[in-house]
Amino acid sequence: MTDIIGVATTRHAYVLFVLLSAIGLYMMIANENLVKKIIGLNMFQTGIFLFFVTSAYRIGGSAPIVEDGAGPYVSPLPQVIVLTAIVVGISLTAVGLALTIRLYTEYGTLRADALREVIGDE
Amino acid sequence: MSDALLPLLIATPLLAAILPLLLGLRFDHAGWPVAMATSLTVAGLAGWLAWAVSPASSGSQRFVHDLAGYPAPYGIELVGDGLSAILVVLICVVAVAVLSYARTTGPDSNAFYSGFLLLTGGLLGMALTGDLFNLFVFLEIVGLVSYALIASSDDGRAAYGALKYLFLGTTGASLYLIGVGYAFVATGTLNMGDMATELAAVGYSDPLVQAAFGFILIGFMLKIAIFPLHTWQPDAYTYAPDTVSAFIAALVSTTAAYALIRIAYDVFTVEFFAANPLLTDAVLLIASISIVVGSLLALLQSDLKRVFAYSSVAQFGMILAAIGLQSETALFGAVIHLVGHGLMKATLFMGAGVLASAYGARTVADYAGLAKRAPITSGMMAVAGLALVGIPPSVGTLGKWFIALGAIETGSWGVAAVIFISTLLTLLYIGRLLETLYFTQPATAGGDTDVAGDANGGSIVADGGDTQDSTSSDGVAAIATERIVVVVVLAVSTVALFGAAGLFAELLDPVFGRFFQ
Repeated sequence: MTDIIGVATTRHAYVLFVLLSAIGLYMMIANENLVKKIIGLNMFQTGIFLFFVTSAYRIGGSAPIVEDGAGPYVSPLPQVIVLTAIVVGISLTAVGLALTIRLYTEYGTLRADALREVIGDE
Repeated sequence: MSDALLPLLIATPLLAAILPLLLGLRFDHAGWPVAMATSLTVAGLAGWLAWAVSPASSGSQRFVHDLAGYPAPYGIELVGDGLSAILVVLICVVAVAVLSYARTTGPDSNAFYSGFLLLTGGLLGMALTGDLFNLFVFLEIVGLVSYALIASSDDGRAAYGALKYLFLGTTGASLYLIGVGYAFVATGTLNMGDMATELAAVGYSDPLVQAAFGFILIGFMLKIAIFPLHTWQPDAYTYAPDTVSAFIAALVSTTAAYALIRIAYDVFTVEFFAANPLLTDAVLLIASISIVVGSLLALLQSDLKRVFAYSSVAQFGMILAAIGLQSETALFGAVIHLVGHGLMKATLFMGAGVLASAYGARTVADYAGLAKRAPITSGMMAVAGLALVGIPPSVGTLGKWFIALGAIETGSWGVAAVIFISTLLTLLYIGRLLETLYFTQPATAGGDTDVAGDANGGSIVADGGDTQDSTSSDGVAAIATERIVVVVVLAVSTVALFGAAGLFAELLDPVFGRFFQ
């Protein structure tokens, strides 16, 4: 138990990662509005990006421009990963919004429950 | 120089994907020739790769290519071995088959063929990459293009199915990314080969490593559509255009399952499973539930594409079970079943597509007596269906046989029993289809409520010799010959591969030798 409290008070970023991801995931599942579902999905992914960025952080670390005697450096790899993942996330949002617009023009609603009723999904 | 094949295989379709849109500015129908030429080129390269990694050639049986010349573990590696070569060949064969089928049915837009090539490139990337994050990128390319292709149908429900797939598929990929993040924090590397040694050094019972595998497993279970995470799949397969259903059902889940095999055995290795028996039991339990429930749900459906979709849930449950069994025999069966399932589902979806566009038949009831009017397509669907049950001689028999044999060898009698039960259930739903096709009289009385074509006495057999001449009057649409030829070729391949166990063994032995040291 003290372990959990210790982690929660010293590793703020991890707590934030869990909170952001969980809230995003909950929003995606529980909210019936399609646009808000997409926002939830984005939040979920943002939480993951945060986890990657913080995992690279080092107290007193400098930017990884390697010189003699300098250092320690922060790891550049997670930051590159997050950049790529952000691009992927943006493409996903774009496709998701495009599909939402198409559903709206076709059925005139943005609510998932109404769509389920119209389409007859089990 | 064979290692240069690997980047070529991925880059060719990805770069060629621009051409249909670019040429589309001048020519209306540029998409199909470009896609076909590219797919044939890639298929040739895939054949070369398969030959190069087979014992028939004198060279190395495992090719590694460092992208941009950065050596591993800093750069991204592409790895080609027997296992990935099998997948690459399957992807290329199905791509060429689906394209031949798509020539007349479309969706006839240049954007569709761009998407098709992107999807092919993404799948090849997943099969060949040796880097965990690179795998995520290709996973997302495949996902994104799948969503777009599914929604390319005119039906509004396709957009709904695609959006549902987008939410669940992205969640799956994100969970995979979390898993990779944990593994990265534990080991400091993303290269698969390097991570395997680092993970062993960290220890397989480390909570971080266990959590990493858990997230990766659940992420892939979403992508592969294992019960209860399968809910996106029936909608996506049912509402997508027939061409897209066939392509996606045959390849997308298959490649994700391949990636799971690769990560489970090449990165986490058998020792990880041995160190975590609880996790192994959980995998076997979920897989067994997926097999039974998937088969039962398939039995309850009336829409034919939905039957096949739920059947995939059951078949992939079987492959997941084989992964959990940690037996070389079972894993051998799993790879054969991946290939076999891909070919069988491609045949079934394309056959269903032919019958749907000729007779408007969408539900099992619509199929009443169609065998008399479309003997070739019905026959081929029957062949692929019986292969799915596992009736010898067919590739379905081989896959199921080795998985069941592996289960018995490791003493997992429960899994063996589940496979047996699922075979019976598969026989039930395929038997129902065959019974309707061959032995049920079409309900001609009244005729008004019947599907198009039924009321006309079926004087035109759209499925037969000179289909080019058959008119589209009487509600029976003419079917281009090549669509039927493709279905026949694929159905015959599911039977012919029964004799190919030795070929699979030759390609897989060196790979499994590394997996099960």
